[in-house]
Amino acid sequence: MLRRRKRTEAMFKIVGIGSLALAIGTLALLFGALVVEGASRIDWQFLTSFPSRRAMQAGVLPALVGSSLIMLVTAVVGIPLGVAAAIYLEEYARRTWLTELIEVTVTNLAGVPSIIFGLLALGLFVYILGLGASILTAGLTLALLILPVVIVTTREAIRAIPVQIREAAFALGATKWQTVSHHVLPYSAAGILTGIILSLSRAIGETAPIVTIGALTFIAFLPPAPFTDQPPFLSFEWLMSPFTVMPIQMFAWVSRPGADFASNAAAAGLLLVCMTFAMNGLAIYVRYRMRKRVSW
Amino acid sequence: MSGIVCANVFPGKDPVVTHVKLPRTESAERQGWPKSIKAEVRDLSFAYGSRVALKNLSLPVAESRITALIGPSGCGKSTFLRCFNRMHDLYPGTRYEGEILLYPDNRNILARDIDPIEVRMRLAMVFQKPNPFPKSVYENVAYGLQVRGMTDRRVLDEKVEQALKHAALWEEVKDRLSSLGTSLSGGQQQRLCIARALATDPEVLLLDEPTSALDPIATANIEELLLDLKQRVTILIVTHNMQQAARVSDWTAFMYLGELVEFGLTKQLFTNPSKKQTEDYITGRFG
Repeated sequence: MLRRRKRTEAMFKIVGIGSLALAIGTLALLFGALVVEGASRIDWQFLTSFPSRRAMQAGVLPALVGSSLIMLVTAVVGIPLGVAAAIYLEEYARRTWLTELIEVTVTNLAGVPSIIFGLLALGLFVYILGLGASILTAGLTLALLILPVVIVTTREAIRAIPVQIREAAFALGATKWQTVSHHVLPYSAAGILTGIILSLSRAIGETAPIVTIGALTFIAFLPPAPFTDQPPFLSFEWLMSPFTVMPIQMFAWVSRPGADFASNAAAAGLLLVCMTFAMNGLAIYVRYRMRKRVSW
Repeated sequence: MSGIVCANVFPGKDPVVTHVKLPRTESAERQGWPKSIKAEVRDLSFAYGSRVALKNLSLPVAESRITALIGPSGCGKSTFLRCFNRMHDLYPGTRYEGEILLYPDNRNILARDIDPIEVRMRLAMVFQKPNPFPKSVYENVAYGLQVRGMTDRRVLDEKVEQALKHAALWEEVKDRLSSLGTSLSGGQQQRLCIARALATDPEVLLLDEPTSALDPIATANIEELLLDLKQRVTILIVTHNMQQAARVSDWTAFMYLGELVEFGLTKQLFTNPSKKQTEDYITGRFG
């Protein structure tokens, strides 16, 4: 009897280890293949060159710049909107059927395929608002895409604050906004930041919605610089510039014949994976640093 | 009955405030009440949704004295205490009826037209579990003042020191005002919370079982502190520990199932209770 129970346990252990090995192994293999094929291709020239018909002269500069600028727009638009919406839902809104409905909708939005967001953006930003296939459009699209994730993670971070802390603030005569800005936000900042970084690292790899709104695949120029030598020294022309991003650049190379371009594609992929890893690493570090300070 | 107030706190509905002030009558019930009264509860009822938690409580709070609320768990004593600083307003579906008059200005702090924040600025509260903010000791104590817009560093320094001294914590923390409040020991944390409450010079200090999470030594420290404090501030304390009520309080109210059973001088209530239920409770026959 005992032996049989032990056997079941051992079997489950084996199945578990097997599944884990399969999952990790596949990932490791994929990453390994990228490294083997692409690592030798990554050098200064690759990072600072424009795409070219000759594989050895091609580079990812426009894609790197495009991805970075789009992330900037996404962050500037998506984060304040998402955090503010989450604070409102969690701290201000009364529980009614409407807020319940919003809650369910937001959670479901997080699971909507990204290409749907692309279609929405094509209709709304590109045609109705006439923003064209620009960095602004792409940034706004990805901002919409990460919005539900930011809202959900922010709400979870806020909810983790014990009710006693909130009551302590209220009991001292604090208003709602004082309680939120002095306590709720600072104490949940670690969780909120983690959610933001993770959602941005998801957004940076998104291809479908960007393709849908009409990103270029071959681009030989950079967007206009944000700084000018004439007052007011700041220019937002770059927002309206055409662009390409890392995953699209990679896709463009993959679809071309020849081992040279395949190696370029692998290098771009490796770069993209590294960017994602770096962002996830940052998220873990931020969480670790801030958790250490805040405890109750 | 000397006044009726219906403060409708349900959202979305019209605020129904009917305030009928009847002349105060010196009924027989008021005999044996304290002479100097800081606050008076009149016919207070309270409900969470449809569940009635407090039924028609009437009770005085003696000025510069300690009034203890005792009773078995679930009798509504914490609920009652939290009515005083309108803590229930933070949650939907709660409803007050009756009045809590705060003297000397005769304000009904449950009235619909009184902002709960205004009430909370006059009455401070200390909770069951020490709940310092994960900020420095200094910031914890200064918080109530900062909320009120005080920014003058010198005044803040002075007030913080004074509050910490009143809470008998100054000697222990004066060299580490910038370390985290949450890094102190449990008893120190609770005294920090008392200092935080005292810093704003409240008229009434509400304590909700302040020692139930503490060891006996920390408990003794807090009790001693309360006896020192009562000259400065009116104290209302909820405790499930009858010995504690007997040790520190001047007046005691015994509650059972949301109703006030008996109110009187602590000495009298513990030695010669007038109600059978009180006697059963204090002699340990139930609760």
